[in-house]
Amino acid sequence: MQNSKISKARKAYISIMKALMWLSVAVTCSLVAFLIIYVFVKGIPNISWGLLSEKPSYLSGKIGILPDILNTVYIVIATLLIVLPIGVGAAIYLTEYAQNKKLVNIIEYAAETLSGIPSIIYGLVGMLFFCQFLNMKTSLLAGALTLVIMNLPTIMRTTQESLKTVPQSYREGAFGLGAGKWRVIHTVVLPGCVDGIITGCILSVGRILGESAALLFTAGFAHALNGIIDGLSSSGCTLTVALYVYAKEQGEFGIAFAIAAILMILTLIINLSAMLVEKYFRKRRNV
Amino acid sequence: MSNIITVKDMCLWYGEHQALKDINIDIPSKSITAFIGPSGCGKSTFLKSLNRMNDLIPSVKITGDVKYNGKNIFGSSVDVNELRREIGMVFQKPNPFPMSIYDNVAYGPRTHGVKSKAKLDDIVEQSLKDAAIWEEVKDRLKKNALGLSGGQQQRLCIARALAVKPAVLLMDEPTSALDPISTSKIEELTIKLKENYTIIMVTHNMQQAVRISDQTAFFLLGELVEYGNTETLFSTPKDKRTEDYITGRFG
Repeated sequence: MQNSKISKARKAYISIMKALMWLSVAVTCSLVAFLIIYVFVKGIPNISWGLLSEKPSYLSGKIGILPDILNTVYIVIATLLIVLPIGVGAAIYLTEYAQNKKLVNIIEYAAETLSGIPSIIYGLVGMLFFCQFLNMKTSLLAGALTLVIMNLPTIMRTTQESLKTVPQSYREGAFGLGAGKWRVIHTVVLPGCVDGIITGCILSVGRILGESAALLFTAGFAHALNGIIDGLSSSGCTLTVALYVYAKEQGEFGIAFAIAAILMILTLIINLSAMLVEKYFRKRRNV
Repeated sequence: MSNIITVKDMCLWYGEHQALKDINIDIPSKSITAFIGPSGCGKSTFLKSLNRMNDLIPSVKITGDVKYNGKNIFGSSVDVNELRREIGMVFQKPNPFPMSIYDNVAYGPRTHGVKSKAKLDDIVEQSLKDAAIWEEVKDRLKKNALGLSGGQQQRLCIARALAVKPAVLLMDEPTSALDPISTSKIEELTIKLKENYTIIMVTHNMQQAVRISDQTAFFLLGELVEYGNTETLFSTPKDKRTEDYITGRFG
């Protein structure tokens, strides 16, 4: 009799816990679904060919986000071009060459801390150092350099982690054939961790796309239509900053939602491509 | 028969721990020398010292003399990459690179500056033939080497080592991860290879040492206990410890 009582209590307990778990799942999913649907419903109707292919004009009152799209592309390219060699180089040095393990640990710890700092602080430092001290003014380049500092830890740590997954036996095999250290690294070790580097890159692109705080101070707000060279040296607005400007300063919420929808689609595409790239390389490595 | 490697009073430390004590050994060229002994006796460590693979471990300290063709391998004028080209190595676990069979074998020659496609083709074919694997892979040279079986991978690694035309081949328990058929293939291969190469092989398998080696060295606790003609060592060991080991009293 007592046994069945306990089991009844237990049954009730189990079903309550189950209900709670279902509830939390439902809340999480509906929040995400609501956000996506809300942004798409509000944003998609405002996306038009004119919006995507023109620049804004105060005279005619037209709004176009082509300059912002281009600025975003420029800043992504510039940031990756600078951050990749530095980040991958640092990772190679720390994992393959550095002898002082204590120092390496300190650097890794510092890098991890750095990647957790709020981005507005990067913006502030970027403004004081790049824009004012180095006299770059507010420009896409200053913004890109700020993003370089922000993304350096990500690229470095993901590269390091994937360098560590390359089996020691590959290195031994190459050394045993009389290959020098650099040859071993660039012919055997690096090809083995391309997938990790690419994953790091894609994560960084996602971060760059989504970044606004660090760029508010450094990259500026201009909507001018420029080529990449001129664009980098002049003030320019990226999509996320444009979203902020249109919503907050001009009250154009329709445009802001359109940009939000575009950003969301871009993020989706980036995450999907990250998945595909990783799958492709994993398949290639395992034959 | 001349000695290609001569070792005098060599000691090796891992940090504070002395792993090898006063090793003296002369290794004749174009023969098979087997190193036997229980796990942790220093035989693999010693093998890896011969082409300075222990350089990769920062805490290793070595004293004494190791001469290859009369030249001290730890001398300041020695190019360690050239030394490793001449003294090649085959590892315990097959470790082909994750690239094509062709690229695996061509890796060494390319490293040492061979660029001509025709020449590389020749080297790859000859090395694969010498390693007795050509017939099995000639139709799939562009396929990834990781798709081969364990035994094939190990013969590919031997081909890869032969491709740089070494004089000595160090083999660190090359058959311990393989099945009996692959093992006997590799044993036959080593016997064939000794016509042109000096082979030094660490093995856990005493029958293997008896089957293929000309000389055997018995290591125990970092010391070289006994070294001599394989038949003599196994039939009339001079040292009591050798006798105990080969009759299976410990190890």
